[in-house]
This record gives sequence, structure tokens and C-alpha cells, in this order.
Amino acid sequence: MANIGIRQVEKNYGKTQVVHGIDLEIAAGEFIVILGPSGCGKSTLLRMIAGLESISAGEISIGGRVVNKLEPRERGCAMVFQNYALYPHMTVAGNIGYALKVAGVPGAERRRQVEELARSVGLEAYLDRKPANLSGGQRQRVAMARAMIRQPKVFLFDEPLSNLDAQLRVQMRAEIRRLHRQLGTTSVFVTHDQAEAMTLADRLVVMREGRIEQVGTPAEVYGQPASRFVAGFIGSPPMNLLEGTVDTAGAFTPGGKATVALPLERSDLSGKPVVLGMRPESLHLVPRGDASIEAVVDFIEELGAHRVLHLDWGGRPLALLHTEALSARIGETIGVGVPEDAVHLFEPASGARIEAPVRASADRLPA
Amino acid sequence: MVERTPFLDVVTQVLLFLGLVVSLAPFVIVFIASTHTLRDVNTVPMPLWPGQDFFVNMTAAWQRAEFGQKLVNSLIFALGVACGKVVISLISAYSIVYFGYRGRMLIFWLIFITLMLPLEVRIVPTYAVAANVLSPYQGILDITGISWLIQRLTGVQLSLQLGLLDSYAGLILPLVATATGTFLYRQFFMTLPDELVEASKMDGAGPLRFFFDMILPLSRTNMVALFTIMFVWGWNEYLWPLLVTTDAAHRVAVVGLRDVIPGNDGVPEWNIAMAGTLIVMLPPLIIVAFTQRFFVRGLVATEK
Repeated sequence: MANIGIRQVEKNYGKTQVVHGIDLEIAAGEFIVILGPSGCGKSTLLRMIAGLESISAGEISIGGRVVNKLEPRERGCAMVFQNYALYPHMTVAGNIGYALKVAGVPGAERRRQVEELARSVGLEAYLDRKPANLSGGQRQRVAMARAMIRQPKVFLFDEPLSNLDAQLRVQMRAEIRRLHRQLGTTSVFVTHDQAEAMTLADRLVVMREGRIEQVGTPAEVYGQPASRFVAGFIGSPPMNLLEGTVDTAGAFTPGGKATVALPLERSDLSGKPVVLGMRPESLHLVPRGDASIEAVVDFIEELGAHRVLHLDWGGRPLALLHTEALSARIGETIGVGVPEDAVHLFEPASGARIEAPVRASADRLPA
Repeated sequence: MVERTPFLDVVTQVLLFLGLVVSLAPFVIVFIASTHTLRDVNTVPMPLWPGQDFFVNMTAAWQRAEFGQKLVNSLIFALGVACGKVVISLISAYSIVYFGYRGRMLIFWLIFITLMLPLEVRIVPTYAVAANVLSPYQGILDITGISWLIQRLTGVQLSLQLGLLDSYAGLILPLVATATGTFLYRQFFMTLPDELVEASKMDGAGPLRFFFDMILPLSRTNMVALFTIMFVWGWNEYLWPLLVTTDAAHRVAVVGLRDVIPGNDGVPEWNIAMAGTLIVMLPPLIIVAFTQRFFVRGLVATEK
């Protein structure tokens, strides 16, 4: 177990900068998930921790020791790759035990350790097989076992589940979580899958274009997204984001020809352009008299456990997630209730969060 | 894919069979000719049924061309060239693909350009170098005036000499470099996923370990394929061994064939010449027969 310190780390490829001054402290034993769209620099950051990429500027320390100049093998990290990267000509036992072989552990002792580990991850029946004769899930397990055999200080995962089918992915997700509880090894997990990120993370790091957008527990990132980008990226279906202005009465008016308004009681923002965010799951149907918004049903996505209503709010699209049985029909005008704590506001230019009214959400999420 | 083209099937089968006949016919004629007496082999047309004198002709060819020593020489020569090429091209391709040093693309293209310079084109300078390996260095010293300086200062006339004529080294070394092999390995290495290097780095393997634990076992079939091609090529090489070796002790079998081929005014002993040809043809055939299984796999697909 070791903590990881990332200070002002940058990465350039020639003139293109892909990572811009990242600062992140990872506590020992923590499970950190780095989440972001492809090309946001998350894998590069992980590979810099591993020592597979050089660090252009800044420093990374593992267990208090600066590792910028250290070879991967000297850093005490183990890595699980996206496509497993098993050695195709070696048996499962050979794959798992290779690190020990390189380290000079004698054959009998190596065999013993490999067998012990294989038993704990359910691979003992496959030790003499070649990777080509394994299923995707088994290969994944071998890759994990190969990372575990040296008892590393840090586990690094580079989108390890993206090649698995949906069912297996959920299963492996639970297994990784269980493993982390058992071993308590500091882990950094890179993914672009938000469900994976939310379920695995102690803390979530959302990255975009080489910068950190937000660091926080999954609940924090979901409940108080720090920027418009995070708001739109986390959550499924994605958050409704509407550009508009706050009028003198403190109500939100979407732009364009729409005249409908949402009373916000934010007269402090009057006259200012804002981006309004509302999660589809926090909106609900109400009788038209009590409604904050009235909207026309555009179409309905039936998803079994719930249904997503796509609404037209004065020319602006709005999604609403409804769990109960539904009587609304397409073309019908319905009333939408907006709880006060469901409203997020962002600056249109910078995308930064404008803090919501204090009384709305302070008691809901412990900071 | 299901195809029902009975007519096309027949045509292709016939074409294949004709091709087989055309390519096997010379060998059949060589074999039949080697089994006849001097008189039979010179009748027109030559009988197309094997005769009785196969072993007589074999023995005669063996003794006349002294194939014993020459086959050993050929074997040393072809093995040396083939092994040398495999090792050199493996190492050079490994360096070009896996190490990021300055000018490696330049080096790769320099190697690649030598494809345009086969042995026959550069045979005179190559001979000159084989005659005295140090002559290029002597040239450099002469042009820069260093040898003049040394002579002035010490009174010693500088003359570097290291001849390789009439030696196995002279036969083998000038032919060991190979652009084809380097290119073959380079292409193969580039199909190996980068994660393989990275995973072994994470497992703590350095470049040498990676070479011996990953590259060597993974390129086994390619090595066999290249070895086979180069062995046959080396075995059949005629011009270079003829030039560099003058004494009988270093002659190779292909060059030795000249001793059993009748001259313009000699007795037309084609039966013995053909027996000699058979002897010389045999070793590469055996090698190909043994390695063709790997050979095809090595050129067609890679184990993944």
C-alpha cells in the first residue's frame, strides 16, 4: 500500500500538450477512478504513473518517493491492460509467474505461489492452457492474477473491462471491488464507462482535454457537478442543459422565442445568462395547476423499469425519467414539477458551477 | 463459402496437374539419365525408363568431383550463411523496431536500399574487401594523411592486411548481411502488440529478457522460414564461392559440379553429370522437407 502524489504533471508530444498540469493526491488504499471521454489524457496519466510514458513536467511520487526517473519495474506498480496483453506463447502459469521468473524466484517456489493465487481467483484448472484457448473472462482473470502475483504497492487498470460483454463486465466489476476490499491496495482505474466509474470509485476524477474537471466521491460528482461538462457527462440519460437568462423576477427563461419561465428565486442573478441543468430523474409529473413547467410530450422511450419522456418545453427539449405507469400520450400537454434542489446553474462562458441556493441542497449531501 | 462450379473445378485440377508435370519433368529426366550407361544416355531419344547403372554413376561422380569434402564445405557455407543471416537480421530488426534512437529510420532505409544491390552488382568491391578486410581503413588513413604522419614520426610504413580469401570466413561473412531478412522481421515485430512490451516492462523484464523470453519464441516460425530460404540460396550460390576460393580444400559442391560436366571435346558422360547433380540437389531438398511445415506457417500467419 502506498499513496500517490501527482504534482503539476504535464505531458507533451512534440508541440501538442495532452496533459495540462494535473494535481492529485491519492491516499494509500484508495480506489481512484479516472473518468473521461476518449482522448482526454486519462490513459496517458495512468501510463505516466506506470512509467510507460515519460513525464514532461511536474513530478509523480509513489509512497513518498519521486519516481519520475525510475523504470516501471522499480516503481512497484502492476498494470492490467485493456486487451489483457497476455504472452501468447506462455501457459497461464507462465504468464502469471513471469514477473517472479524475472525477479529470480526459484521454480518450485514460483509454482507454489502461482498455484495458490490461481486457486484464489478460480484459475487452477487452466494453468497449463495457452491464452488462445481461454474465454474473454478467463483471460481477464489471468491478467489480474499476473498483476497480483508480485503484491504491488499500486494497481493500475487501463480500461480492463471494455472488451468484455455486458454481463461479464458487471460480474468482473464486483470482483474487482471485492478484491480491493480484501487486499486494500491503492488502485487507479481508468475508464470511459460511467457506470463502472460510479460503482468502483472511492473517489472519482473526471478529466477533459488534459485537465481535471472535478474530484470527488461518486455522490458528490453526481449531486454537485462542478461544471457543465461534468453535469452532461455523468448520469444516464444525460442531464437537461438549457441556455437562457434569469429575468428581474429571478425566474429562468430559456432563450429564443420561448416565453415560459421557471421561477428560481435567484434575483441576485437577474439579467445574467446562465445554463440551467436538471436531471431527468429529479423531474416528476404533477397536475398542471401545481406545475413549475408545462410541456408537450414529444415521444416516449419505454425501458421496462422506467420510461424516458422527451418533452418540448416552449421549443426546448427536456427529458424526464418516470418510474411509475404512465397515462400521458404523445402530443399531450403535461405539468412537470421541479424540486428546488434539482436545479443546477452554470456559467455559459466558463461552464463553472454557480452555487445553488443554500437552503435547497445543503442537508441532502454530506460534503 | 459454398461454390458449385464443377467445370471450373476440372479445369483447375488439370492446370494444377500440368504445372506439377512441368516442374517435376527436369528432375525425372535427371534421375533417369543418372541410371543409364554412357551408351544409353547418348542414344536419341534417350530411353525414358530407368536403367541399371545408378550406383555405378553415383560412385563415379562422387569420386571424380571429390564430393566428400565439397559437400562438407557446402554444408558449412550454407549453414553459416543461413544462421548468420537469421541472427543478424533478427538483431537489426529488433533494434530498429524496439529502440527509439536517433537516425534509426535512416539506418533502416540504408539496409533496405541494399536490396537494390545484389551480390552480382557489388562483386568486385566485395572481392577487394574480402582480399583485404582492412583495405577501407587503410584508404581512410591514406587519404587523411595519418599514415603519412605515422611514417614521418615513427618511420614505420603502415600497411593493414587481413585477407579472407580461401577461408570459410571469406565465404560466409560477406553474404551474411540481408535486407530481406531484416525487413521480414521488422514487419513481423510491428504486428506484435505494443502492450506485450509494456506488460513485460511492468513485469520487470529488460530489453535482453524481452528479446529472449518474448521475441525469440514468438518468431520461431519466421526464423525457420528465413533459415530455409537462406540455406537453399546459400547452397545454390555459385559465383561467390567460385571467386573467393581457389584451393580444392574450400571448394563447395555446386562449384565442384563443373568437374563432372563434360567439356566441349570430352566424353559426353551425361549420366555421371546427372548423378553428380542429384547428389548436390539432395541436401537442400532434405532441409526443405523437414522445415516446410514451419516454413509455410512462418510466411503465412503468425501464432497469436
